[in-house]
Amino acid sequence: MNKTVSACALALFAVFLVASVLMLRPFGEPEETTMDDYIIGNAQNETGANNAVTSVVFDYRGFDTLGEATVLFTAVAGVLLVLRRYAHE
Amino acid sequence: MSESKIIKTISSIAFPFVMIYGLYVILHGHLTPGGGFQGGAIVASACVLLLAGYGSREIAKRIKEGQLSVLESIGALGFVSLALLGISTTFFYNFLAGSHSIFGRIPPFGSNPGDLNTAGLLPLMNISVGIKVIAGLFAIVMVLAFVTWKMGGRKQ
Repeated sequence: MNKTVSACALALFAVFLVASVLMLRPFGEPEETTMDDYIIGNAQNETGANNAVTSVVFDYRGFDTLGEATVLFTAVAGVLLVLRRYAHE
Repeated sequence: MSESKIIKTISSIAFPFVMIYGLYVILHGHLTPGGGFQGGAIVASACVLLLAGYGSREIAKRIKEGQLSVLESIGALGFVSLALLGISTTFFYNFLAGSHSIFGRIPPFGSNPGDLNTAGLLPLMNISVGIKVIAGLFAIVMVLAFVTWKMGGRKQ
């Protein structure tokens, strides 16, 4: 029973994967670089940071950085949770 | 587990320079390449240098990884609360940029020498992420060092 369920889930997952690969854009598209041009042209005025990369990482895509910080936090919490007992016994 | 005099001396000499470089990378994150994550990794590696030079026993007398864990949580909470400060517009809204308060200057367009007093929330976010990365990475390495120390001690 369990094996059937997991096989069905795996098949469904594989179908979604193959479908999404088939629906990908061809390599090199889209060619417009409107986002790049916008950031290059406006990042200094809008955020005031000379470093456009930092303005993207911490301002335009702040949610991505929040996720990264959460990943690091989870990693530290996991390591401390597993190893602290051995470190202090 | 005390290392030789050479390693101790070299790590003591190198530590302040690595530390200053890492803090520079964090504080100038909005002007030069780098930022909170990268600079935090550099500062954490400076602390690991001390750990390698003086051994886990000396480090364990001075700092506990529980304190580092608290520091990391402070950094994470600071980051999220800085993002929440601009919630009246959107989450992560940079309300300090362009205002005439701290970090509120707008630099001229194009290449310019750079001014620390720019970029609004970005330097503050860099600092909080830097605190978080320093404390997190050093806590991981310290716990691993303690574990190897205890395990090694048990085998002998």
